[in-house]
Amino acid sequence: MSTREITFGRAVAEAIQEEMARDENVIVIGEDCWRALEEDPMHPKYARKPHPRIFNTPISEAGFTGAAAGAAMMGLRPVLYFLMGMFMLSGFDQAVNQIPKLRYLSGGQAKLPIVIYTANGTGMRYAAQHAWSLHPIFANIPGFKIVLPSTPYDAKGLMKTAIRDDNPVLFLSHFLLEGMKGNVPEGDYTIDFGKADIKRPGKDVTLVAISAMVDKALRAARRLERQGIDVEVLDPRTILPLDKEAIFGSVEKTGHLVIVDDAHKTCSFASEISATITEEKFNCLKAPPKRVAMADVPVPFSPILEDEIVPTERKIVDAVKSVLNR
Amino acid sequence: MYREMLTIRAFDEACYEQFRSDPSMGYAGIHAYIGQEATAVGVCSALRKGDKITSTHRGHGHLIAMGADPKLMMAEIQGKSTGYNKGKGGSMHIVSFELGILGANGVVGAGIPIATGAALAMKQKQLNQVCVCFFGDSAANEGVFNEGLNLASIWKLPVVFVCENNQYAVHTPVAESTSVADISVRAVGYSMPGVTVDGNDVLKVYEAAYSAVERARGGTGPTLIECKTYRVMPHHGNMPDYRPLEEKEAWKAKDPIKRFEEFLTRSGLLDQGKKTAITGEIADTIQAAVKFARESQWPDPKEAYQDVYA
Repeated sequence: MSTREITFGRAVAEAIQEEMARDENVIVIGEDCWRALEEDPMHPKYARKPHPRIFNTPISEAGFTGAAAGAAMMGLRPVLYFLMGMFMLSGFDQAVNQIPKLRYLSGGQAKLPIVIYTANGTGMRYAAQHAWSLHPIFANIPGFKIVLPSTPYDAKGLMKTAIRDDNPVLFLSHFLLEGMKGNVPEGDYTIDFGKADIKRPGKDVTLVAISAMVDKALRAARRLERQGIDVEVLDPRTILPLDKEAIFGSVEKTGHLVIVDDAHKTCSFASEISATITEEKFNCLKAPPKRVAMADVPVPFSPILEDEIVPTERKIVDAVKSVLNR
Repeated sequence: MYREMLTIRAFDEACYEQFRSDPSMGYAGIHAYIGQEATAVGVCSALRKGDKITSTHRGHGHLIAMGADPKLMMAEIQGKSTGYNKGKGGSMHIVSFELGILGANGVVGAGIPIATGAALAMKQKQLNQVCVCFFGDSAANEGVFNEGLNLASIWKLPVVFVCENNQYAVHTPVAESTSVADISVRAVGYSMPGVTVDGNDVLKVYEAAYSAVERARGGTGPTLIECKTYRVMPHHGNMPDYRPLEEKEAWKAKDPIKRFEEFLTRSGLLDQGKKTAITGEIADTIQAAVKFARESQWPDPKEAYQDVYA
């Protein structure tokens, strides 16, 4: 399979397009949703005329999110697109109280193969309402699978798995990743959910990083290498399901754990990983785990204030040194 | 009115100019109000001191029409400590309680229930005030539009709903997204008057707003006003713009400032000399605002932890 360098956004678009070609039940719904496919709205395929499988919607999140649930129960496989994750909150009941629960409530009768595809996160000076990471909120709701890729390669393979999954999947990109370039194979491949990826092997400390934080973690690891500290960077890739065994294996080797998560610290996914390791592998730990997450304040607009509260390379370096007592 | 319209345009042009000339300003992307000036000015001119507004992500025009200081706005847009919100909000979230600006808002339609609640308090406390709620054509397709307008109607609240129909939801034209040609007809469903006006004619807007505001103040309840207008710039910053060129040209001919100038000139209220003087004063004001913002201090990073709780 030949590979070439494309952006994260392009890799996802390619996955959706290939899945649409593979399965006629795959549809795309959302506001200006041709953007999910990285298409030009004036392209003859879309130019201001109805497309049989691309449903461009009004600004009516509750309406079209619920409609995706209905369509899914009738056998379609909607990819529900939001330009920004926070737009989804205008349809919150449908997104959190309908989609992930209808299968369970129906005693297993309903099937909701929906992929919610959106981007969120800090670093873009978008201020409190637009800039935050939503995965902890959704991770608290049984019924979702949650995908947080950190590279274009992972994004394409995971999106294909997401579309083929018979359950609701939240596929979260990060604003800082959308333009990121990387090698991506042409054509079909999938990546299983619940399989972490060691982005960098090391022996002194395990650094679990989520989504765009993987890149920051790798940069911190390179800096720490120059100081004689060998960091293992582990990317869970999906947090529901979570590859606990991979994290346990790494911590058994290193004895130290730092988790980086671009979410507010209280009830962040870093908190969940920290609790899990403490509960299940306490004896492997040579020091308490440390979370590098966003401060518990709404995200401020001013660049100087935003930089103060988000996880940074420096904060990661400091956290690693502190667990190693160096 | 004329002065305010010119100030709004000059302000947003200055925002754009700064981003074009200085890449380090890129973080402060804006939703420009250019082309919609008659709506903000026409509506806010019908308000008295003490009245309130809620605004939108495209709110610079509403704020200036409410008397906001371009200096403090520009500082906020640049994230400086001297801005209206101490740099915490930025372009989409400017608030000034002193001026009756309950807030611009980053969420489409979010101001509708907030304005309804503000009007509830005005009625409860017998303040004899009115709240104007600005929102776009897209917000009229949100659930909160239905819920907010119904509440305002059953409680007969002193609120005026001003829908600025600027023809687009980011890239999607209103005809593709909306079931009716005139959003004002939806007022029937909430037993309130609904009127559509030429949003690029400041006097027509003022006339409609005046009667709606007086009706609200009189205790008879809310009104829905739809102002048909056009967003001249792309949705946000330097976003790609897919709108047909002919359409943009056709709206250029309906430019609200040009039309009001013609009216003032015909009525003998404006001549070239006055126009030059006013334009010059406004250019100075805006230049001073840019300078003030540039020279203002960044917030202390520790400020990030303030204001989370009362």
